[in-house]
Amino acid sequence: MTIIGLLLVSSIIIMTVIGPWISPYNPTAINVSPPPNPAPPSADFPLGTNLLGQDMLSRLLCGGGVMLQVALLSVLFCFIIGVPIGLLASYVGGNLEKVLNIVMDSFYAFPGLVLAIAIAAMIGRGVFNMALSIAVVYVPSYFRIVRSQVLTIKELPYTEAARASGARGRTILLRYILPNIVPSIVVVATVNFADAILTAAGLTFVGLGVGIDVPDWGWDLTQGRVLLPSGSWWVITFPGIMIVLLALGFTLIGEGLSELLTPRLEK
Amino acid sequence: MIPMIFLLLSIVFLIVRVVPGDPVLLHFEKKASEEAMAEMRHELGLDQPLHIQYFQYLGGLLRGDLGKSMAPGRDSISQQIFSAFPATLELALFSMLIAVGIGVFLGVTASRSYNSIKDQLVRLFGIVVYTIPVFFLGMILLLVFSINLQWFPAGGRIKPLMEPDGWTFHFSPPPGGIVQVFAWSFFAGLISWVICLVVFKRKNVKFWPKGLLLSLLVLSAGWIIYAGIAWYLINRGVLQITGLYTIDSILDGNISKFVEAVRYLLLPSLTLGLMLSGVFIRLTRSNMLETLRLDFVTAARARGLKESSVVYNYALRNAFLPILTMMGLQFAMLLGGAILTETTFSWPGLGRYLVDRINFRDYTAIQGAVVFFGILVAIVNLIVDILYAYLDPRIRF
Repeated sequence: MTIIGLLLVSSIIIMTVIGPWISPYNPTAINVSPPPNPAPPSADFPLGTNLLGQDMLSRLLCGGGVMLQVALLSVLFCFIIGVPIGLLASYVGGNLEKVLNIVMDSFYAFPGLVLAIAIAAMIGRGVFNMALSIAVVYVPSYFRIVRSQVLTIKELPYTEAARASGARGRTILLRYILPNIVPSIVVVATVNFADAILTAAGLTFVGLGVGIDVPDWGWDLTQGRVLLPSGSWWVITFPGIMIVLLALGFTLIGEGLSELLTPRLEK
Repeated sequence: MIPMIFLLLSIVFLIVRVVPGDPVLLHFEKKASEEAMAEMRHELGLDQPLHIQYFQYLGGLLRGDLGKSMAPGRDSISQQIFSAFPATLELALFSMLIAVGIGVFLGVTASRSYNSIKDQLVRLFGIVVYTIPVFFLGMILLLVFSINLQWFPAGGRIKPLMEPDGWTFHFSPPPGGIVQVFAWSFFAGLISWVICLVVFKRKNVKFWPKGLLLSLLVLSAGWIIYAGIAWYLINRGVLQITGLYTIDSILDGNISKFVEAVRYLLLPSLTLGLMLSGVFIRLTRSNMLETLRLDFVTAARARGLKESSVVYNYALRNAFLPILTMMGLQFAMLLGGAILTETTFSWPGLGRYLVDRINFRDYTAIQGAVVFFGILVAIVNLIVDILYAYLDPRIRF
């Protein structure tokens, strides 16, 4: 399962990287195919064209970049924000922990997509802003996993031994505890990749994605909705399947990793 | 719970007021005259100092007032949300029903034949429905069943002729009289009666005659109280009987309207239900796998009970509590999915209202809708907590 996931994700990444060189047309050039558009798949345009007369195959080959960037950036943000806060809260304890806990809980309880939409609507479009609004939604999951892990590990004999031998709090936290919680953070992060991709697609669908000048599967899918009544199945099918494959790939990796890593942690 | 809601409201307030700098400037995209912007700020109270705005916002929330829209009419956001809410509630209820139905059935099926091909297929199904963007699934269903096969309508909530007053953001007083109020609140009374009976059974109160008489008292009291509430709300113009077309049409005794309502409802709720079912499949499967290994299940089998009875009456009952908790937790995800599903199917609910307002750059309305979503989730989680404590005999307050 993990291997299938890895294959899916890596081939999509490779495809996106080399896409601009192998795509037959310019993905953002309009009216590369003569009207009427959207045209069904044909020999010249194997996946058809959209309303603007853009070649769907070229857009498919180049269009993964936005999703991948948003997912990567948001997971990175989550790491940078969630892990230190979690470490700090659980190690310092006291009122700081209580306050952070309530703040994180209220973020966590909020419907994720609604929160992301609210933030994205306020801070505007673009890859960076999308990633930021998605990261805000998922930081609490990192905070929670880090906190619960630290609380367990803090009580283990080897941490106590380190404390008894006079190690400073910072050393214990960074040298003794952090390396042991990395596996569970990695599992959360992989699952997060899939969620971030789906949330990014959702943001695009409600009109908060990147602009028209970048090829993006989410944007293609969104445009396809207007064309549905005319029966233009090719406009939505291919970008939709790509998003599913990408999310599926990350989910499979996450599943495999958690099976691989958690039994050791539980015992 | 209370500090959480409070914090959440403050977060939303800060996001709208502080993050963009100035929502009015953003609304006009800097293309309006200074006077027009100053006027809007004044009308919406955005020219006040931040802390005064904050207290006005909290005070308004206590009165159920979410402020005024930035749209030219300066309509009350609360009214718009209340008129859109029944559509979302109807969609949410039916999709939850579908999700739990599919999830529990497939989960049980998978757990009964552990690691077989059937099991693997069900697991794969669970993962795939989870990773499909819900609007993509919705569009595929639309394409196949309503555009190619033409079995179902392609969007909307009911035939335009059957709408109570067409879908507008304004609310007109419904035609309900006292009979309809009583008919509607009858169900509420019935529910309180059933709850009362269950409580008596737990407390070992004798059914005859004390239990029956007391519970009948509760039934009538609950009925009258609910009727009173409904009557008050209808006269205030807040409630449109129930606003759920499937239930309203039954209360009206209008079968053709009911069939229409279901036809319009089926595809959206199936979409949302399928998306959610993945979580329930996984949860049911893992819980059933654990429960089926327990001694009491073996004992039930040893007594020669039918396998289906063992699975559904014995094991599933014990595996159901986590499913209930999950229903509460998934409600937040359901609302997120509802926004996308409603947009896909032009379903006139809260989600489409929110998307609509985003496109108009109506920031006060966005704030109102987001706050409403948050409060809704908090309430649902509270209800689930209470239910859980009640259903699990190990938890007693």
